[in-house]
Amino acid sequence: MKKTLLTAAIAAAAFGFGVSAASADTLENVKKKGFVQCGVNGAGLLGFASQDTAGNWSGLDIDLCKAVAASVFGDATKVKYTPLSAKDRFPALQSGEIDLLARNTTWTISRDTQLGFNFRAVNYYDGQGFMAKKSLGVKSALELSGAAVCVQTGTTTELNLADYFKANKMDYKPVVFEKQEEVDAAYDAGRCDVYTTDQSGLYAIRLTLKQPDEHVILPEIISKEPLGPAVRQGDDKWFDIVSYAHYAMVTAEEFGITQANVDEMLTSENPDIKRFLGEEKDSTIGPDLGVDNKWAYNIIKAVGNYGESFERNVGEGSQLKISRGLNNLWSKGGLQYAPPIR
Amino acid sequence: MAQDDAALSARQPARSVWYNDPYKRGIAFQAITAVVLVIAAVWMWQNTLENLKRANLTSGFGFLTSRAGFDIAQSLIEYSADASYLRALMVGLLNTLSVAAAGIITTTILGLLIGIARLSRNWLIRKLATVYVEGFRNIPLLVIIFFWYKGVLNALPNVRDSIVLPFSMVLNNRGFYFPAPVFGEGSGAILIALVAGIAGAVFYARWAKAKQMETGVRPPVFWVNIALVLLPPLLVFFAFGAPLTFDLPVAGKFNINGGSMIGPEFMSLYLALSFYTASYIAEIVRAGIVGVAKGQTEAAYALGLQPGRTMRLVVLPQALRIIIPPMTSQYLNLTKNSSLAVAIGYADLVAVGGTILNQTGRAIEVVAIWLAIYVSISLTTSLFMNWFNRKMALVER
Repeated sequence: MKKTLLTAAIAAAAFGFGVSAASADTLENVKKKGFVQCGVNGAGLLGFASQDTAGNWSGLDIDLCKAVAASVFGDATKVKYTPLSAKDRFPALQSGEIDLLARNTTWTISRDTQLGFNFRAVNYYDGQGFMAKKSLGVKSALELSGAAVCVQTGTTTELNLADYFKANKMDYKPVVFEKQEEVDAAYDAGRCDVYTTDQSGLYAIRLTLKQPDEHVILPEIISKEPLGPAVRQGDDKWFDIVSYAHYAMVTAEEFGITQANVDEMLTSENPDIKRFLGEEKDSTIGPDLGVDNKWAYNIIKAVGNYGESFERNVGEGSQLKISRGLNNLWSKGGLQYAPPIR
Repeated sequence: MAQDDAALSARQPARSVWYNDPYKRGIAFQAITAVVLVIAAVWMWQNTLENLKRANLTSGFGFLTSRAGFDIAQSLIEYSADASYLRALMVGLLNTLSVAAAGIITTTILGLLIGIARLSRNWLIRKLATVYVEGFRNIPLLVIIFFWYKGVLNALPNVRDSIVLPFSMVLNNRGFYFPAPVFGEGSGAILIALVAGIAGAVFYARWAKAKQMETGVRPPVFWVNIALVLLPPLLVFFAFGAPLTFDLPVAGKFNINGGSMIGPEFMSLYLALSFYTASYIAEIVRAGIVGVAKGQTEAAYALGLQPGRTMRLVVLPQALRIIIPPMTSQYLNLTKNSSLAVAIGYADLVAVGGTILNQTGRAIEVVAIWLAIYVSISLTTSLFMNWFNRKMALVER
């Protein structure tokens, strides 16, 4: 009995009171609240989710949150952000504290099944890499045996790291922190030789170090990291809305629709574009999805197409200067591919 | 008391209805409280199960035997990514216990010295001790931990510019490296000799005390005991041809390899916990000493005892009775505060549990394990301290 009570008390703290308020129908809930609660990177990961000095958020993940808000409300400003550490992100989504998690989170089978989430759209194809000081003279990750490696806890990165070193029969000393800011500071202070995380993250973090030019990102990519938005399992309607917010941005890029020309495109004679932008007569694509028929128009008007969002946040228009690579459209040799909107 | 009331109400049966009877009313209120508690517990339990189901989560402790898949830097026992989650938790628990044990020993010594120093007749020592107590007591522990951690990381040199100390010891911002003893054949006999020596010393001390009680002459204890503890193991050591070698720390490509290492995370946590708690213990010690009647000190002086002996033989033994109970709660605080390790990446129980929680998503189970373990550690400490308190309590003859 004592044990049962104990467990129940904990349960109450974690679940007993929390979830009961959040209804299983996230869309209804979001509409009632009047905004989308979006879980994002709390440490400020340049290119994915970071705040400027005025407190305005920007980044690929932020654009996705805005796109979902634009799809549901026709207004991209109806988003509230919950900054989360890698460790806190999953309980936050499970407990219903946030409506969707757009926090450069890797899609894996155990997160899909064991943690009770759903993933589908991938808004950035990434892979894990290593960064080291130039002065160490390291040219390849295979020369890292014996190194102290800084890593953030509760990530796929931490697991890949253990697997990679074991597979290559090398040893290392993990230096593990809960928050990304702490990992950054420890690496900058020389607590470890190597920093490992998703390669896009390494580019972003390098810019924040004291002397960015003294660090080199090693060529090896040791894992697949498809990063995308996650929602709670068992709410297919909301899952569709979130997935298609991303697919609408990709489709717009395929059609050549941009933030600037989307109004002109409304008069396009192309039936695909007309249907996509909600101009087709008696089309029910929007309502079937649970949103307005002009949902795609609203998304593009608010954040632009995927290519625009990419270039603005992580590509040539940003400090990161990451090339499209895997994140190019499928028709241009990349992996970004959207199901037909019809 | 209750029986008196019952007897009272039995004598005056017709005077009032049952709910005006304090005894019966007491029972009724207790029953109501119990029922409300049980209903609340059952309701929360059901709610939890339902919410878990709705979130498509499974529960149970079966996951503990699966492969952990992550590495831990500081481990007192054999551990690799291939070990189970349970093993990982053990590593975390041992790390918590080791930092708590080291902290408790240091903070007791430090607190005792500072507490006595606060009562010193020397103006400078007294004021320094006051500054120490007021300073550390009024800074949040987390800030002290960060102070030490950032201090250690920033003040110490990088691996390549390590400070080399005598006996192959090395100090840099990755930790403090020292030669690790490797025991060869015959080491068991040395250990036995050491234990025998300590036992001999204890017996000798008892005999000396009995002798002193009987004759009033105190045989020399200190030097004899040092010889008793040190000589037997040393003799055996050389008899076996000195079966001891050292694994020396050597500079590798990235890090210092070999030897034993104490990481900066452990160091800063240990120092912060010890320094912080010592400020509280100093006050407890001071209060304990002040609480011993002044006449005791004066009587000791009148007998011609020096101040040092007066403190050690007359005042402190009496002060201990006041000191021990509040000291217990400081020990418990220190142990529980060690969970702040998570802020600087020391792999304690909470940090390791957090990683497991995140990799498996078993929030309720991991939190339950945390609670159960901390409660066990605290209760064990309390039990020991209560026993010690009873032993030190005034025995009336």
